[in-house]
Amino acid sequence: MQFYLPIADMPVNIFLVLAMGVAVGFISGMFGIGGGFLMTPLLIFIGIPPAVAVASVASHIAASSFSGAISYWRKRALDTALALMLLSAGIIGTATGVWLFTILRSLDQLDLMIGLSYVTLLTVVGGMMINESVRAELRTRKGQPATLRRPGSHTWLHGLPFKMRFKRSKIYVSAIPVWAIGFIIGFIGAIMGIGGGFILVPMLIYFLRVPTATVIGTSMVLTLVTMASATVMHAVTNHLVDAVLALILMIGGVIGAQFGARTGQKMRGERLRLLLGLLVFSVGLRFAWQLVVQPDDLYSLRLVGAV
Amino acid sequence: MMRRLPFILAIVLTACAAAPAAAERLVVSLSNHRVAITSNFDGENLVLFGTIEPTDSKTKLRQNYDLVVTVTGPRHTLRTRRKERVLGIWVNVDAREFVRVPSYLAVLSNRPVSEIAPPDVLRLEQVGIDNFLLPQRIGPDLADTVPQDPFRTAFVRLESQQGLYQESGAGVTFLTPTVFRAAIQLPAAVPTGAYAIEVKLFADGALVTRTGSALEVVKAGFEQFIAEAARDHGFLYGLATALMALLTGWLASVIFRRD
Repeated sequence: MQFYLPIADMPVNIFLVLAMGVAVGFISGMFGIGGGFLMTPLLIFIGIPPAVAVASVASHIAASSFSGAISYWRKRALDTALALMLLSAGIIGTATGVWLFTILRSLDQLDLMIGLSYVTLLTVVGGMMINESVRAELRTRKGQPATLRRPGSHTWLHGLPFKMRFKRSKIYVSAIPVWAIGFIIGFIGAIMGIGGGFILVPMLIYFLRVPTATVIGTSMVLTLVTMASATVMHAVTNHLVDAVLALILMIGGVIGAQFGARTGQKMRGERLRLLLGLLVFSVGLRFAWQLVVQPDDLYSLRLVGAV
Repeated sequence: MMRRLPFILAIVLTACAAAPAAAERLVVSLSNHRVAITSNFDGENLVLFGTIEPTDSKTKLRQNYDLVVTVTGPRHTLRTRRKERVLGIWVNVDAREFVRVPSYLAVLSNRPVSEIAPPDVLRLEQVGIDNFLLPQRIGPDLADTVPQDPFRTAFVRLESQQGLYQESGAGVTFLTPTVFRAAIQLPAAVPTGAYAIEVKLFADGALVTRTGSALEVVKAGFEQFIAEAARDHGFLYGLATALMALLTGWLASVIFRRD
């Protein structure tokens, strides 16, 4: 069934978009991530203008992370204080990202920048996840404990000043790495049109040693606030949020997420992390392929302005 | 005053002689002047009907008319970018701006335009996509290039792939030697705005007469409501979308709650 999208200015097949929402929702529910890094490229692939895709996916991620955040809230598995600290820096990061976005767009290098950041981030993060979970798997085979986390172990990050205590997460860390992580997530979120959950979760675990119990819930609160405000910002500045597209994606997304979460809970954490690592890594390779292989058409068009 | 009259008459007579002796006129009618984009819009086909009529009873109509219909959409400015391999990856290295070019351009004729009139006439009348003025910003200047220019051909090719630029030597059908119809195809991704239709009549490689018509592509109903809300009330629209997201998320967590 074809439906004409009022802002993207093109007809799409509702069932195709709904199916994409369900599929990405399934993955996001399974791994506790927003799934923007999958959804944005998929929408661009079916012909949605990239700017509309980025702006509309923001509200789709807001919906799925809110539904996730509520259930983590009920389980008391989120750290509000930590989320607020991350947010305060995240907003500055988003503003910086939006500023750079505009400059790169005017220089015709935005596609390249987005492509390169996808490749770098996805292959590095994916590679780290695969490495980590394969090692854990090997250790379990040898009969050693699977977890890498050693409570009480300190890195140089713990020597930094402005220490703060986050009670829910039971950590005592400097505010500097917390702000740095918040800034980075906000920045790449604005540039790449993603929530950044798949980067935030490993960062919180590896650098701040946030326990797995609170990490996903906290990451979801951060994603929710940045994506909801990104929706409003995109609507005010570019008028590019397609509410109809967003609604179809949301409905598919929240349904898929429920089934994904059930599947995810049946699997072991290490196995789950290996799968996510493989997924992230292969999406990264896909982007690398796109940059290296000669495109079908060397020329492309970009609208400068209507008269 | 009376002494000037012969002088004025002479000017008028010269002017009449210089202008093409338009013995024919065109009468055209479009099937629909207002194309409404609704939620099930998937492109639209319009039909332009017309006849060639003598301007007075003495004129005798010829038998070998050619007709070219040019439809142009609202103007916009586009950049055409070219990629090149730099350090192993493909990067946009060069770009040209096409300034105030039609967002939709259809050239429909009863046979290929190159057979209708000599190249200089086609160029003067801007008949055919190759002869249509597509100004590019080249340094400080605005100029159209030769049709073979790589950026121009790439631009036309990319627009044609989306169905936004089209040229058809079979787009106009003569039902009788003086009655014709032209099929105008608007693709699904057609831009909204005012469209101009120019109909030019040729005979023996020369322009005989011309006429015009117009159409309008507008969003209607729900599509119009959303588009206007997004454009005129950006903040409220964004807020409403964000709230819709929260509501969807909350509903999902209530419906699927299992504890």
